[in-house]
Amino acid sequence: MSAVLQARDLGKKYGKRWALRECTVDIPAGHVVGLVGPNGAGKTTLLKLAAGQLTPTSGTIAVLGGRPTGDPAQLARIGFVAQDTPVYAGLSVADHLRLGARLNPGWDAALARERVERLGLDPRHRAGKLSGGQRAQLALTLGLAKRPELLILDEPVAALDPLARREFLQGLMEAVAEHELSVVLSSHLVSDLERTCDYLIVLVGSRVRLAGQVDDLLATHHRLTGPRRDPGRLPAGQHVVSASHTDRQSTFVIRTGDPIHDPAWAVSRLTLEDLVLAYMEGPAPAQGRPVLEVQR
Amino acid sequence: MIWLTWRQFRVAAATTAAALVVLAVALALTGPELASDYSAGITACTRDGGCAHFFDRFFDDYQAPFQAATVVVLVLPALIGLFWGAPLITRELEAGTHLLVWNQSITRARWLAVKLTVTGLAAAAAAGLCSLAVTWWSAPLDKSAAPGFTLMDPLVFGARAIVPMAYAAFAFVLGVTAGLIVRRTLPAMALTLAVFAAAQIVMPLTVRPHLLPPVSSSFELGPDNVDSFNKSGDEAFPQVILDEAIPGHTGAWVLSSRLTDPSGHVVGGDGAPVTVRVSMTSGPCAPSQQAQDPAQGFDACIAEINRLGYRQEAIYQPFERFWPLQWIETGIYVLVTAGLAGLCFWWIRRRLS
Repeated sequence: MSAVLQARDLGKKYGKRWALRECTVDIPAGHVVGLVGPNGAGKTTLLKLAAGQLTPTSGTIAVLGGRPTGDPAQLARIGFVAQDTPVYAGLSVADHLRLGARLNPGWDAALARERVERLGLDPRHRAGKLSGGQRAQLALTLGLAKRPELLILDEPVAALDPLARREFLQGLMEAVAEHELSVVLSSHLVSDLERTCDYLIVLVGSRVRLAGQVDDLLATHHRLTGPRRDPGRLPAGQHVVSASHTDRQSTFVIRTGDPIHDPAWAVSRLTLEDLVLAYMEGPAPAQGRPVLEVQR
Repeated sequence: MIWLTWRQFRVAAATTAAALVVLAVALALTGPELASDYSAGITACTRDGGCAHFFDRFFDDYQAPFQAATVVVLVLPALIGLFWGAPLITRELEAGTHLLVWNQSITRARWLAVKLTVTGLAAAAAAGLCSLAVTWWSAPLDKSAAPGFTLMDPLVFGARAIVPMAYAAFAFVLGVTAGLIVRRTLPAMALTLAVFAAAQIVMPLTVRPHLLPPVSSSFELGPDNVDSFNKSGDEAFPQVILDEAIPGHTGAWVLSSRLTDPSGHVVGGDGAPVTVRVSMTSGPCAPSQQAQDPAQGFDACIAEINRLGYRQEAIYQPFERFWPLQWIETGIYVLVTAGLAGLCFWWIRRRLS
């Protein structure tokens, strides 16, 4: 499995504040990767570092096997749609396509034109007068038409209404299917990612709390509800992710590859959102302990 | 990249061009009349020998438009720094569009290089055209200007010939640098204005006088360099006020004009009245002599003061140095501009990431 993004002890400091610290993460190629985490977890910083917009303060990062130093060849391989999907308010839609065509040797003019037509954007329209959804679509078009190997999107749908969200993500999925590119998509809402992503990374406080294919994650995590019990008394193969107790009852979220035989438990499946929340709420892994990873 | 630069710049460029066209039309309409007034006046005054009087009258008549045109040339570079330079990068940072454009397949150094070159050349061209038009228009006035408004005087010097181009390039790159460092448009504009104004004050006051070693020399007193000669009732001796002018060096930039006494000591000057120990009771300066023929009496009295050993001790830059000083100052501003541009390239790669 080749990695599109590989970070080792990656850190970025703004003044005295660390925005990202000792982040070690591998993102495999050929996936639509969802990067989730609470606000301030370092998602934006990690993605900006990957796009070559920032230089690391410490550690190393490799994207598509190269260091994102901002040289033209590397820039051409990575598409980046920044937070709030910025576009030039004073430039028309056609101007944006022209900008892309002039600044990217690998520009796919047919793709860009066709996408703009399909979206129903008037090329003469100024970008400043587009709706949020249309603006996001325009930014996505710019990112796609440069034909990158990796497309990075930082909270692309955070400011959109539910309908525009769905349209945007649908458009993204179609493009992924058509052009076979890897995608890294960040969000602080799991529901955005549930339909789109097949790989999930949970980032909390600069640390990867969970990484793995969505199917595997859902298959190996269970919610157990039953009479009150001490977590230490669970079988060895069952790792407790989170635990909550009432006077009589205990609820555990556990990870295990083995079937659960204990008849005392009511076993239920978790949604992706439950799973992510369990990891975000759960205790931080101790320093130096290997990061929990679920892989096939 | 040139296309994008032009696309983002064209509104500002068109606005400036329109303003320059208005200025050029105004100057073109009034210039020929000004020139013909001048040549007619010169022909008349050389015939009857009252050219000094003609110059005064002519300059007085046109002083308001002369000063306005000069101010336009002085202010234009500052405006370019404020409205072209400072927002160049802050505008992108504030809208987040730097993340869009810096992720196209082009390095940000190249992006900056094209922006600086295209807009910087436009800035220099705008200031150059403006200065050219005003220099052409005001040529007759520059020849007849009153002391304080001659070509070599600080304010006028900065509004003629080639230095305005260098000021504009400097102001523009200064604005870009300020924008890169403070990252917000309004503070960047304020910083640009403050630094540019400071440079425009410091340069003529402390740097320009020493760009070439100034000439210092002493001159006999005469009508050219004596402004007035008075005696108030109860003083024993009269007082002399020196002009900021050098006999035989019309149009020189006078840095200091002081009076020395017979023993060679400086006794004062630079516009302040100085007591001259010349007898007022007898000799050419006595009021009885003056009363007979005021014009001749003045000359005779000045001759007497010269005979006693009083001299004008002047430090100045002769008018012939107008072009050398223009070139040197242009060179200095170009160097500083290049230095700032280098800082911008370093900053955009190292600090803005």
